[in-house]
Amino acid sequence: MPSLFFYLFTAITLGFGLLVVTARNPVTSALCLAMSFVGLAALFISLDAYFIGTIQILVYAGAVMVLFLFIIMLLDIKAEEGKKPNLPAVIGGVVLAVILALQIVTVSSSYSLGKTPLKNAPLSLNKAAETSVLPTISNDLKVGTLPDAKLMGLTLFKQYGFHLQAIGLLLLVGTVGVVVLSKREKGGQDA
Amino acid sequence: MAALLASFDIAFLITSVLKIVFLTFLVILPLVAYSVYAERRFSAVIQDRVGPNRTGIPLTLFGFKKDIQILGIGGLVQPLADGLKFFLKEDFTPDSVNKFYYWLAPALTMVPALLTCVVLPFGSELQLSDLNGLLAWAGLPGFTENVKSVIADLNVGPLFIFAIASLGVYGIVLAGWASNSKYPFLGGVRSSAQMISYELSLGLSIIPVLMIFGDLNLSKMAASQDANGWLLLPFWGDSAPWQNGWNFGRWILLVPIFISFCVFTVSMFAETNRLPFDLAECETELVAGYHTEYSSMKFALFFMGEYAAMIIGSGLAVTFFLGGWSIPFAPVLSQLTGLQFHYVPGSTPLLLGLLHIGTFFAKIIVFILFFILIRWSLPRFRFDQLMKLGWLVMFELALANVILTAVIMAWIPIK
Repeated sequence: MPSLFFYLFTAITLGFGLLVVTARNPVTSALCLAMSFVGLAALFISLDAYFIGTIQILVYAGAVMVLFLFIIMLLDIKAEEGKKPNLPAVIGGVVLAVILALQIVTVSSSYSLGKTPLKNAPLSLNKAAETSVLPTISNDLKVGTLPDAKLMGLTLFKQYGFHLQAIGLLLLVGTVGVVVLSKREKGGQDA
Repeated sequence: MAALLASFDIAFLITSVLKIVFLTFLVILPLVAYSVYAERRFSAVIQDRVGPNRTGIPLTLFGFKKDIQILGIGGLVQPLADGLKFFLKEDFTPDSVNKFYYWLAPALTMVPALLTCVVLPFGSELQLSDLNGLLAWAGLPGFTENVKSVIADLNVGPLFIFAIASLGVYGIVLAGWASNSKYPFLGGVRSSAQMISYELSLGLSIIPVLMIFGDLNLSKMAASQDANGWLLLPFWGDSAPWQNGWNFGRWILLVPIFISFCVFTVSMFAETNRLPFDLAECETELVAGYHTEYSSMKFALFFMGEYAAMIIGSGLAVTFFLGGWSIPFAPVLSQLTGLQFHYVPGSTPLLLGLLHIGTFFAKIIVFILFFILIRWSLPRFRFDQLMKLGWLVMFELALANVILTAVIMAWIPIK
């Protein structure tokens, strides 16, 4: 059954991804991209990465794409409809995609751990439970579940704490910039 | 093919399907229908009217003298009559609409609302090994362990609910856009702005809760509240004052928990587009907002989606703050009566399991009545007031609350 789901969600991801490029209506494109994200999230979840999968839906499909859709609708972009595809752009896109696919194939074929299926992988949750720092993580591991959200949080805030704060600062700068840019001059109408 | 079939866990699939059918078709959809009825009766009481009190089983159609009123309460068949009315109305599709998205939008509102219920723990667990004799007679393998009363026991429960609920915006935005008419469009734009803004404070408001539980699994949260007292009512278990001295930290934590409950509830009102925040469909300005152009069952789907979202939201609030399926004072009750009222993993009698399910839905119904009470007692906000409240009050309050909780928890460890 898992393999069936894999093919189903791969088909959803790739099929809607193709539609993003080929659809002529911008709203359709945006919605197809959202569907493609949902398929990708399902693939993440089938790899036991529940946290990444849910965040994928929450952030990309639920927030970013809604904003995209919002702007497309507000600007009422209709210029793309009925326009013929731009040939050099199509060729460039295909070439790029082929190069990327080749790269992935070469990298993954040289990755030896990728050849063992998950059920044969030497994965000992009990052993990991003994070495883990936080009691909540080791408790989960002892029961036999993988606490992916907790492990990710631990790694992010412990190992990459500084990087995380740097990114937070960058986002803050971006937000302040937007506020400054969109602030009207004195005497102008109040927003 | 045989290998493929063997990879299916048949018992798991059957119990899951049964749970899905029970929760969505036997509980949530009837609850949606009857919350509409409760809303109409409750609002009538508030406004000193009678409300829908006539619809009974229509025996007068068959020549009898009187319609039967179930339980003597007038109008209990009203939801059925409403549903029938929606089915029989003309399903009108205006010419100017974008047909595909116009049809897609109602489904996109209803489906996420129902989908989120899969991670809600609606009961502790059911000991179905009593049925093993019957199953063995039918030649089927029996139950070896108790069945958990949750469809998918995910370790990212609240995040999953927020993620799927955030997809509900598409339905409203598309309805507004596809209708190709100005009032629906304004309604759709307003609603998506509102939902995106309040999603932030909704997500931030539960971070203190997650910090206190130290877990993202809704079933574990409910179980720990059953043992240690509800988050808003810590009167038994380890945090009770008569147990291991005054557990001071737990009592101070009530302050941030209460703030987070308030922010969560307000954001939930905004997320479900309920009054005082129903700017997306406010009839004095926008006719009916995003569903102006919809009729018959398509309109009903929007309507049901709103109520289903409300039920799931209530379920989430109950699970976070009000103990989920746990019976109040369960360990104390067990001590006093000698019967088991609290949840013990692996040995919970079937009757107690059912009682837990009943408790959960009783709490949800009380919360829905609270939703209705608010709707009929507060006036509607203005849109700029709503956005100001969201960004300048709720968001900051939730953020400060996270820091407050962290400081308290670092100062006085609760465990």
